[in-house]
Amino acid sequence: MEYEVIVVGGGHAGCEAALACARMGHKTLLVTGNINNIADMPCNPSIGGSAKGIVVREIDALGGEMGNNADKSLLQIKMLNTAKGPAVRSLRAQADKITYPKNMLKTLEITDNLDIKEALVKDVLTFNNKVSGVLLESGKEIKAKAVILTTGTYMNADIMVGDTRHREGPHGERPSNYLSDNLAKKGFIIKRLKTGTPPRIARDSIDFSKAKREDGDKIYHTFSFNNEPMYDIDKQVPCYLIYTNDETHKIIRDNLNKSSMYGGLSDIKGVGPRYCPSIEDKIVRFSDKERHQLFLEPESLFYDDIYLQGFSTSMPYDVQEKMVHSLTGLENAKILKYAYAIEYDAIYPTQLKFNLETKLIENLFTAGQINGTSGYEEAACQGLMAGINACLKLEGKEPFILRRDEAYIGVLIDDLITKGIRDPYRLLTSRAEYRLLLRTDNADLRLREYGHKFGLVSDEKYERFLNKKENIEKATIEFKEKRLTPKNNEYLESLGTKPLRDGISLYDLLRRPEIKIDDLIKFLDNDYSSEVLEQVSISAKYEGYINKALHEAEKLKSLENKKIPENIDYDAMHNLASEAKQKLKEVRPLTIGQAMRISGVNPADISILTMYMKRG
Amino acid sequence: MEDTIAAISTAQGVGAISIIRVSGPEAIQIVSKIFSNKKFYDAPSHTIHYGYIMDGDEKIDEVLVTIMRSPKTFTKEDIVEINAHGGIMTTDKILELLLVNGCRLAEPGEFTKRAFLNGRIDLTEAEGVMDLINSKTDISRKIALNQVGGKVSNMISRLRDELAGIIANIEVNIDYPEYEDIEEMTIEKINSNLSELEDKIDKILKESKNGEVLTHGIKTVIIGKPNVGKSSLLNRLIGEDKAIVTDIRGTTRDSVEATLRVDNLILNLIDTAGIRKTDDVVESIGVDKSLKLIDEADLILFVVNYNEKLSDEDLVILDRLKGKNYITIVNKTDLEKKIDDDKLSNVVYVSALNDKNIDEIGNKIKKLFNLEKIETTDLTYLTSARSQSILRKVLGSVKAVRKGIEENYPIDMVEIDLKDIWNLLGEIIGESYDEELLDQLFSRFCVGK
Repeated sequence: MEYEVIVVGGGHAGCEAALACARMGHKTLLVTGNINNIADMPCNPSIGGSAKGIVVREIDALGGEMGNNADKSLLQIKMLNTAKGPAVRSLRAQADKITYPKNMLKTLEITDNLDIKEALVKDVLTFNNKVSGVLLESGKEIKAKAVILTTGTYMNADIMVGDTRHREGPHGERPSNYLSDNLAKKGFIIKRLKTGTPPRIARDSIDFSKAKREDGDKIYHTFSFNNEPMYDIDKQVPCYLIYTNDETHKIIRDNLNKSSMYGGLSDIKGVGPRYCPSIEDKIVRFSDKERHQLFLEPESLFYDDIYLQGFSTSMPYDVQEKMVHSLTGLENAKILKYAYAIEYDAIYPTQLKFNLETKLIENLFTAGQINGTSGYEEAACQGLMAGINACLKLEGKEPFILRRDEAYIGVLIDDLITKGIRDPYRLLTSRAEYRLLLRTDNADLRLREYGHKFGLVSDEKYERFLNKKENIEKATIEFKEKRLTPKNNEYLESLGTKPLRDGISLYDLLRRPEIKIDDLIKFLDNDYSSEVLEQVSISAKYEGYINKALHEAEKLKSLENKKIPENIDYDAMHNLASEAKQKLKEVRPLTIGQAMRISGVNPADISILTMYMKRG
Repeated sequence: MEDTIAAISTAQGVGAISIIRVSGPEAIQIVSKIFSNKKFYDAPSHTIHYGYIMDGDEKIDEVLVTIMRSPKTFTKEDIVEINAHGGIMTTDKILELLLVNGCRLAEPGEFTKRAFLNGRIDLTEAEGVMDLINSKTDISRKIALNQVGGKVSNMISRLRDELAGIIANIEVNIDYPEYEDIEEMTIEKINSNLSELEDKIDKILKESKNGEVLTHGIKTVIIGKPNVGKSSLLNRLIGEDKAIVTDIRGTTRDSVEATLRVDNLILNLIDTAGIRKTDDVVESIGVDKSLKLIDEADLILFVVNYNEKLSDEDLVILDRLKGKNYITIVNKTDLEKKIDDDKLSNVVYVSALNDKNIDEIGNKIKKLFNLEKIETTDLTYLTSARSQSILRKVLGSVKAVRKGIEENYPIDMVEIDLKDIWNLLGEIIGESYDEELLDQLFSRFCVGK
């Protein structure tokens, strides 16, 4: 059997990659170590969060599956940062760890052009530095024109607890023992990374009365632009907030040297994520903090595990018992799964091009944790982009590259391939310079067009989108044309706003902070949906700031238009600082804009580079 | 960039010795071609060598040559400095020999430019070096030295760090909304932090203006009716030190015609025509011209006659002087008092004829520009126009933040201007955006699952 694309790995990146390729009409094979683990959530039971929630919306706008799948599998959902402004709002959901993978597997199975095979991949087959297929650990070869690696944390994975280290994948799954070594032989620079997961506690062994309850929102949300809510707002499952205490801290301090990361193991190479420290890290690095927040999060309606968010550790089991029992409400808690740290291999992401194809081997793409990222959403969006780009490559078309002012996805990929990584990469709103443009509400306006162009968004969905766009324009015109006069002052004063002296358009009135768009719809001739009104409201209220961001984005575009010749010789630029020279040679930026973002390349180096380019 | 440059680094024609500086990868090789001391080529870095500069067999000059090998040099390149005897002829000849043997004549400021491009100094420091080279008085040299030493950079860095703290706090609130025990960065806190920042920047700008006055001089005009003694006053101000009055006609400072030093102050005189020429010619300079000059100048020395009543023209000029930096110099106190001086302010009474009270003019100017303090306090001023204009932009962004806060915009909008400020401050010290802010975030706050 011969395939056009083989996707190696069935996690969140692999699923999106495989679906994208199959939906774009290319014969695709998804190879996974365990079919039952497809779209598994081995760590936290949630989808979305700050910035990540916006990525899920972007995936949906482009025609990916994560948002739709999450909508089908919700335990609880809320909009974060509602008080902090429209640009940083983001959805976060608790997703059911049983239903989510099940729903995703169902989608994969009913998709045309897509086969699934249970096997472990040993090597990528190449001919003249171009992909020709994969070699399975069984010795079997499967031919393909393109391969997308989405191996997650499975390459040379080691589970670490206390002073023990075992070669195995998350939750005892079989690891991939050969692939990363074989990639290294092909010349890839491999980086060892580390992450961890907290213990899971039996629901009925917890005294929730001592914890603070955290509910979902009382209004409906969906990740997908097309879905109607599929959950009951009143049947959302709560999370709970608790805190560590002196006793917990003392146990950790007294046993610190037993933690794998603090002396338990002497051969740790992996770099752990800054944003996801173990509880040991928190107590060592922030020793003056009296307590740390922990969340009790339900994993599923179908089993009893409660995920103890904030308590990841690599302490031995007996210490974990003591630590957990020191927590209020968990005095009698039963640990169902112990916490552990995991080390795994990733490829250093500056070895990738913008289309997520490796620079070393043509038609080999990588996505997800193998590229040094962390998080389901980060993985999924890369899978989608790698899938789209693998198809475009096979079709002989231009690669699909999102700019930093177009999508968080663009920010993520540019960061990875331009700056490389120090620790597993998590998206944060602060990474996006133009986040005012990259909102959760306008992901479809930014990206739907692309999704339709690639055939990932159906004509029907696209029609609905065009209709929405048209209505936004229509509503904007109506708001600008309809005027209120001093005759309306009585009503306006009842809203707590200054009375009018002259006529004013609804649009200008909407700029007043105290005026909400709902206050004005009674003056309209037409009805508009709430999502249409939201767009009008945001444009009116934040016009000045949005224009500023657009202006900044224009500056970026002009820097991105300054192309650096592909064959430029950095060694010939004697006055480049040696660190800058090394980084420039490693990344080989396509534009001056990209070069400026490389860490270690200073403005002085850019001056030299541009001077050199001018001199030709 | 990889060529080797040379230039005469000392002022031409004056001084007992002159220094010719060579910088670049071939500096040592080129100098060794024209230097008699052959051990020089392999000599260790930072050593001085005695010998002759040779043109073939001909001895040109007896010199000391300093060798400084990359990277511990001003430009981070190999540098050779030739200490020659000061005559123009000899110095020029040596430079010519260097050029013949493969050096390129350095453009003005090119050594500093290389120091900057090679990462030896940052932008403010580079500007400091330029100021140092151009410094005309002791104080301006001190300011320039401070800038070279990174004192200004440190000050800006401190402001920027404070701001980074605020931004990191906002970011952590946004990216980790579930952390209830992290302090919420509220509008009130931003506001109070901001007014602190604003005060500091205001102060720097004000003092920088003074610093600028010290390094670049004060654009000064002397006006007054004919026969009040402007030219004799000028001669008294110049004093013994005539060499300091230099004609710099045709240079970049369009209307400046002479530079005059009073104590530690540099006065850049504009339109000296009316002063230098005989008072007959001055007749032709009417009130209109005077008014125009007042608008152009940073400092007006308005000279009136002790022995005369104020004329209508004087009163017109006085009116125009309101709100300007000016000193009224009442001259000819050696004569009988006829002036109705109750209408005057900022007055100094002098007699140019008897050289009486002339020093008081300098003191008055210093008071006017608040320069007395500067001489004694820390000299941390931004002397470059670039840095100052960026700081003014910073103030603009501070205002934008305040406006945003006042109009109840949410924190994600307001923060755009905060980041603007942070970036602008980075621009002054030439620091690029990297992961600084994120580092702040993760080192200050304990977050993560």
